[in-house]
Amino acid sequence: MKGRAQIRLLPDRRRLHLHDGPIDLVVEAFGPPREIELAYQVAGARFVTVLDELCDELSYLRRACLPEAAWPHGSVARRMVAAVMPYATQYFITPMAAVAGAVAEEILATMVSAADLSRAYVNDGGDIALHLSARETFVIGMAERPDRPSLFGTTTLNAAEPVRGIATSGWRGRSFSLGIADAVTVLADRAATADAAATIIANAVDLRGHPAIVRVPACELAPDSDLGDRAVTQAVGELTFEEVNQSLNQGAVTAELLRKTGLIRSAALCLQGETRVVGILVESRMVATAVRERGLLHA
Amino acid sequence: MADDAIRCDACPVLCYIKPGRTGSCDRYGNHDGKLVRLDPHIVLDRALERGDSVVPFLERGRDWDGTLVSHGETFVTAIGAGTTYPDYKPAPFIISSQVDGVDMITVVTEGIFSYCGVKAKIDTDRHLGAECSTVRSQGEAVGHVMTSEYGSQMLSLGGVRHLTGGSRHEGTATCDALVNLCNGKAVELKIDDGAKVVVQAGKPPIVDGAQEERMRVGCGSATIGMFAKQWFGKVDDVVVVDDHITGVLSEHQAGKLLGVPETGIKLKGRRSTPGRYFHVAEPGTSWGGTDIEDPLAILGKFNAKKAWSGLRLLMVSTTGEHYAYFELGEDLKPQEKTLPAELRESVARIKENCEPALCTVLFMGGAGGSLRAGVTENPVKLTHSVRDALTRVTCGGAPVYVWPGGGITFMADVTRMPQNAFGYVPTPALVAPIEFTLRFADYAALGGYVGNVRPLSSIDAAEGQRRVTARSDNPWPLESAGRMKK
Repeated sequence: MKGRAQIRLLPDRRRLHLHDGPIDLVVEAFGPPREIELAYQVAGARFVTVLDELCDELSYLRRACLPEAAWPHGSVARRMVAAVMPYATQYFITPMAAVAGAVAEEILATMVSAADLSRAYVNDGGDIALHLSARETFVIGMAERPDRPSLFGTTTLNAAEPVRGIATSGWRGRSFSLGIADAVTVLADRAATADAAATIIANAVDLRGHPAIVRVPACELAPDSDLGDRAVTQAVGELTFEEVNQSLNQGAVTAELLRKTGLIRSAALCLQGETRVVGILVESRMVATAVRERGLLHA
Repeated sequence: MADDAIRCDACPVLCYIKPGRTGSCDRYGNHDGKLVRLDPHIVLDRALERGDSVVPFLERGRDWDGTLVSHGETFVTAIGAGTTYPDYKPAPFIISSQVDGVDMITVVTEGIFSYCGVKAKIDTDRHLGAECSTVRSQGEAVGHVMTSEYGSQMLSLGGVRHLTGGSRHEGTATCDALVNLCNGKAVELKIDDGAKVVVQAGKPPIVDGAQEERMRVGCGSATIGMFAKQWFGKVDDVVVVDDHITGVLSEHQAGKLLGVPETGIKLKGRRSTPGRYFHVAEPGTSWGGTDIEDPLAILGKFNAKKAWSGLRLLMVSTTGEHYAYFELGEDLKPQEKTLPAELRESVARIKENCEPALCTVLFMGGAGGSLRAGVTENPVKLTHSVRDALTRVTCGGAPVYVWPGGGITFMADVTRMPQNAFGYVPTPALVAPIEFTLRFADYAALGGYVGNVRPLSSIDAAEGQRRVTARSDNPWPLESAGRMKK
């Protein structure tokens, strides 16, 4: 379907907005004007076929990832499978858990390979792929709840650190979660990796059988959900301090495991006002500052 | 499982969407079994306007979505702005935004309108009631029947006399009907000595329980003119039944030109010119807007000198909804037969040429009074500025027609505004949004409250905004104001 995708500069004339079906990307590149223009051109050209490529293999991508599964064909789909594969033996996860990060990564890679940029980011609804050349930094805001723009902190990423991907997951976000975390923000080397890890950690923040948690089979909400009849969180009532702590600890154990195996660099877990940080958030400040993009949403 | 889910075909993901839910994009949803586009995020927002035409909005809470309000791409409407009635104070929001480097000012206020009402156009040929008949809602007089227009009946509802000039009940019923109509809801109206009609903006009218589907293709005579050639040779005579002018093919000029022979047919009613008859029956809700159930009731005896046994006669209404086919027996009396296939097509063609019947609801109000004082210290200057096309008036972001002459009396199509744009106060009076947009320099010149101007970016979540996508068929309110300068 030609011409379905929308490509436009946002009114600030700096950022590029790419939209197609459920995909919304906000892209910004920094560098000489000619390089930025080139980066935006290749980003747009690459973007127009991404959704069709994903939909061609959608039924595969919606199935649980198994270690022996055949690899998909599309380059974005391959990024997705690569990101979720480390979890395939132990967890239920489908490649869709990494779709937003994988799309962001693909577009960023296209821009960086074509143009000489000092910095660039591709923000896919809160899942962000970053490019930093030597000595450059990015300041990242973190939201306590994906549906609210209040920030609980900022973190500064610099080029010397390996982090190039950020993702947030939680039951209040755009896609379903099996856990009760308001938001889990993950910093990892790549966006798709961060995306998959955020899903796994957010699922681990949980209290089984708690009466204040409302869960509904995913397929009752969205008949074609990749989560099938798994119970997804729809509401979380007020929990005691102990309960909040217990579920955050549980999530932190999982996060720590992922950190030790190198899958993530750090994670911040939020539940009902409480926060746990795993790994070191370099130069982080846990104070509210002005909001930049839309709330960090997991897509 | 997917019984009540619908499939969205807006993009190749092809989501199955359950009622009350959205697809994976969060942008299309299943609202009462219909696929609608929703923008949860009433600031009309062009920043991320997706280019598709906008469909009904669905309100989903008022949380701010985190997007920054960007210059020139966001227009603040007056919906929910509140008002400073009795208006000697500056309007609640006086917003500045940059458009193409020109500072534009939008003065946003919700006006309390006593001098206001609704002009409704009801597409129907059925007789709703005599001109000037009283229109009632909840038993109270809320308006009257105006003129008949081509294929439509006009109603005037509301107005200051019904709102505040009558009993308390009359005022409340009127206010209720107006707010509901303006907010796109269905309202049942009863016309004295006439029909009961359910009116809803943008929806087909329901007259005495029957939903109107199509407007008539033309009057009976016009229909003869349009279809004479298609009937010629396939049938000997055609009567197009219409409450206004009933047409007869063999007598009509169009039939004469084709050489259709006389058939000895005799119509009741009053002959206007050859082949055109007024008043063949009483007005009603049946055949062609008349009260007849049996079309033969409008025919007299066939003239035995001219008619013949086997003569083929088609009778059809101006919408093609009613039709019957007859052949004359030995006694020259019409006997109903099945409609031959070759005529079925022409009946279908009539139907096809009838546009969908709709109710259109225009809000009409006057902002000539103290409301202007919320915009400027010298109210008449605002009126002059609107006249001189320096100031653009919009109603919930929708374009308005401003009546020539004194004051600022305008009309706007309620279907072009965001949902639930109207409210009321117990006076009773309507609360309607109104925005005035003009250049900063022009605003200062007319004595505007320059000191109260605040930048667009200062309107934040704390003030409870609802963001909606701009309708692509509405002109952008910030464009052309000031550019129309003479």
